[in-house]
Amino acid sequence: MYDLIVVGGGPAGLAAALAAWEKGLRKVLIVERDRELGGILNQCIHNGFGLHHFKEELTGPEYAGRFISMVRSTGVEIRLDTMVLEVTRDKKVRMVGKLTGYREEQAKTIILAMGCRERTRGAIAIPGTRPAGVFTAGAAQRYVNMEGWLPGKRVVILGSGDIGLIMARRMTLEGAKVLACVEVMPYSGGLNRNIVQCLQDFDIPLYLSHTVTEIRGEKRVEQVVVSRVDEKRRPIPGTEMVFDCDTLLLSVGLIPENELTRQAGIAIDPRTNGPMVYENMEVSVPGIFACGNVCHVHDLVDNVSAESLRAGEAAAEYVRNGDRAGQTLTVKNGPGVSYTVPQKIRREGVKKNCGIYFRVNRVCRDSEILVTSGETLIAKYNRSHLAPGEMEHIVLPGVLLNKAEGEISLSVREA
Amino acid sequence: MKELICIVCPNGCHLRVDEEKDYLVTGNACPRGAEYGKTELQNPVRVITSTVRCRGGAYPRCPVKTNRPVPKGKIWSVMEAMEQVSLSAPVKIGDVVIENICGTGADLVATRNMEKEN
Repeated sequence: MYDLIVVGGGPAGLAAALAAWEKGLRKVLIVERDRELGGILNQCIHNGFGLHHFKEELTGPEYAGRFISMVRSTGVEIRLDTMVLEVTRDKKVRMVGKLTGYREEQAKTIILAMGCRERTRGAIAIPGTRPAGVFTAGAAQRYVNMEGWLPGKRVVILGSGDIGLIMARRMTLEGAKVLACVEVMPYSGGLNRNIVQCLQDFDIPLYLSHTVTEIRGEKRVEQVVVSRVDEKRRPIPGTEMVFDCDTLLLSVGLIPENELTRQAGIAIDPRTNGPMVYENMEVSVPGIFACGNVCHVHDLVDNVSAESLRAGEAAAEYVRNGDRAGQTLTVKNGPGVSYTVPQKIRREGVKKNCGIYFRVNRVCRDSEILVTSGETLIAKYNRSHLAPGEMEHIVLPGVLLNKAEGEISLSVREA
Repeated sequence: MKELICIVCPNGCHLRVDEEKDYLVTGNACPRGAEYGKTELQNPVRVITSTVRCRGGAYPRCPVKTNRPVPKGKIWSVMEAMEQVSLSAPVKIGDVVIENICGTGADLVATRNMEKEN
């Protein structure tokens, strides 16, 4: 019997297992399907990680490396090359591994840390032929940075999220010609610093309010057609540009990977596509927790680590004290806010403060974030800049929650 | 007068830098923006991250970085220099791959552990 089984050995799983160990759990197992720990960080060889958590700028493999060494220095058990097939409500974990074969393990608590995966061409339904040469940006990143293959020589990138921007620079440095980065929204989904360092440094044009409307080619991509879109994101006829290229990279969003979660009948929040969680990252089934990108897609791994450390601590507390009861507040997203994590808060569970992560649904300047309950204003925070691509965080002092009844709501008011 | 977006923090201030007034920066919300504006126009620098060939490990490429920012103009010579080297596993994080790469004063260092595979 394990105290804790962590599903996934990426940044979330590593931090969660570490925190649980530090809080006294001694029978802890991490199950990872890849051949090594570290998850997606292993292929994110660029820098910019760790400014919050380690107070220095690290690359992805370095950031992962630090957590891996910390976990390796504990007695946390690790099973690599092992895929979890099923998680049950009574905390059985069924898995199949290269060395261990099929196993069923019983745990007192489970932490879900499966991360997310990329949306593909199928998810956005781009018309045209179906040649080779269409990759998700993350798949291309793995080929280039780990396997040593360059997926193409003349490249168009659809989507200006951070992975797309990073890959524009990466493909250029490796000798490919990146012809354009195309973004359907009127603003980039990536960080400004990436637009400067990855596109402007290499004179790669960014086409905002444009999208790919056709892929052409027999065996391999030969051309892509890019059109301008109107404010409802519909392509405008007559605005077509044709790019001669052999590769299209897609950076069109990430989806939390929650098959195991759904299979166990755990409640999913349609806003995040992740499990609904309480203030301690516990899901709708007591004793099961979730953290990292499986919960909601983060921009910064530092936030993943912070959230996962809390999940690990909460799992340790569950093993000691059992179910956490108490009065529940529902957190709602009001105008301007697209989701919140946590979605529910148990008043008794809040020690001093309660952190809430959320995203806004449009770019705002000089705004106020309002926390209300019914007609009562509970707290107010000022922000000079808000964007959907940048996750926001507020820390609500626990005493203020006493003013709330039934639910609280987060909204944005632009000055 | 040059306009640029500050990359120091997510605010993304729109800076205006006056080359004729000793690189006077306006539009910045904080002192770090002023410093960024000055260096970015006089001597822009970047940390370069890439991979080099590696034999005997789990993967054929080992990630590397310059351990301090190097002049932007040196990016392509640094990339060229990386092509010329090959590592052999085992490699440890921080191992120096090329000292003082291209005379920049920065060392190229490995950014992951690559154990020897049998």
